[in-house]
Amino acid sequence: MFRNQYDTDVTTWSPTGRLFQVEYAMEAVKQGSAAIGLRSRSHVVLASVNKAQSELSSHQRKIFKVDDHIGVAIAGLTADGRVLSRYMRSESINHSFTYESPLPVGRLVVRLADKAQQVCTQRSWKRPYGVGLLVGGLDESGAHLYYNCPSGNYFEYQAFAIGSRSQAAKTYLERRFESFNESSREDLIKDAILAIRETLQGETLKSSLCTVSVLGVDEPFHFLDQESIQKVIDTFEKVPEEEEDGGEAEAEAAAAPTEQGGAGDQDVAPMEM
Amino acid sequence: MTFTIPIDNGDALKNAEADSQRTLYPYVTGTSIVAIKYKDGVLMASDMGGSYGSTLRYKNIERVKAIGKHSLLGASGEISDFQEILRYLDELVLNDNMWDDGNSLGPKEVHNYLTRVMYNRRNKFNPLWNTLVLGGVKNGESYLGMVSMIGVSFEDNHVATGFGNHLARPILRDEWRADLSFEDGVKLLEKCMRVLLYRDRSAINKLQIAKITEEGVTVSQPYSLKTFWEFQAFHNPTAGAQGSW
Repeated sequence: MFRNQYDTDVTTWSPTGRLFQVEYAMEAVKQGSAAIGLRSRSHVVLASVNKAQSELSSHQRKIFKVDDHIGVAIAGLTADGRVLSRYMRSESINHSFTYESPLPVGRLVVRLADKAQQVCTQRSWKRPYGVGLLVGGLDESGAHLYYNCPSGNYFEYQAFAIGSRSQAAKTYLERRFESFNESSREDLIKDAILAIRETLQGETLKSSLCTVSVLGVDEPFHFLDQESIQKVIDTFEKVPEEEEDGGEAEAEAAAAPTEQGGAGDQDVAPMEM
Repeated sequence: MTFTIPIDNGDALKNAEADSQRTLYPYVTGTSIVAIKYKDGVLMASDMGGSYGSTLRYKNIERVKAIGKHSLLGASGEISDFQEILRYLDELVLNDNMWDDGNSLGPKEVHNYLTRVMYNRRNKFNPLWNTLVLGGVKNGESYLGMVSMIGVSFEDNHVATGFGNHLARPILRDEWRADLSFEDGVKLLEKCMRVLLYRDRSAINKLQIAKITEEGVTVSQPYSLKTFWEFQAFHNPTAGAQGSW
């Protein structure tokens, strides 16, 4: 995409009928680190890649609990993502308070798209939110996964990936998605972690590099702890050395990712994760 | 062009004229509602009377209405406030249907919405002068609850409003069972309504019984109960009034 005369204002159309500012906002989503969602008939799994500014800092939180039955994973400007998560939590809890019943995900997603996102594409004094949201949730009509775009569009998916290098994950998911509806909870988690691995492109997959969350029928939204994630990884990752040298192998593996990570991230603005 | 100047009387609590803007007492009232859960759902009985103080003014008021696909609402108290509540619920159900997304308001949601409405009005010292009974069935589960004009709300297997609390509930406490058939449920309700007819001065002998099950709502045609007045105590009613002390 090149600069042009029609891209200064979000309220300016181009002669070909495009709103460039909105499209630039969608570019911001592609700069963030990957987030993945997939669903079966009864469960939704959201996973994300943990990226930290430096070795000294903690990693950014990209997955948020909206309610017991709804979770959201974000990619792009995390600050924008946090604000939208707060909006979603507010809508959800207001509904629960008035009706003593969980807010259907489909309705939350429409409100998010209309009130929060689309409005910002139609006011000259606002800018679009630079964050894409994968909203996963459960309601009367089953498990759902939606993707909310900065443009205010939203789509429902069986599985989706957003953020940098998400194409690799999408390719993996495209091969497998037909079986997801009937997948067991464990298989779904495994597929999520495998999809995350695709986005890492060669880095060794470790539980510290990813966050995984699950929600389902009879299972409120919660994060999986590092141990459980590592157990799943161990079922398909071949350990490079013998178990006694496990410590050494980890140290080597740890050195490699930081180099690769540093090189790849030079173009990423500090506010995007 | 005609203008209507809105009248602002100010503080609803302190101004004299402002009193006309909030409910102080009820005018046309309905008497008890009695409702029970039974095997297939919920049964609700009410008479069709609307009293204007001590006068039995209106004799064709339906005090039980269907709400959406899954609920039944019965009300005692001020009839105009009941009609206002029906308008609120109409809007609620309409908006719910407009989503067209496979989700629908169940009796629990409606009950809680009403509780919020009643409680918030009470907090503004402008209550909707009703006691509401909300019953319904959704996904095989029966639900029966009540909300009062001050926002007190709860669920139970059998509920009643007004005089029903004093005359009908003791009967229900003794004779209600979870596996009542439709016929037994109706018989039980009729027993309660008969006592109310004898003893509640605002009751009239014209009642409706409404049924809600997973399949939907049915409201019966109005009918009357058989009454018996040949009790010894009713013969020669002035017998105890001889003399002056």
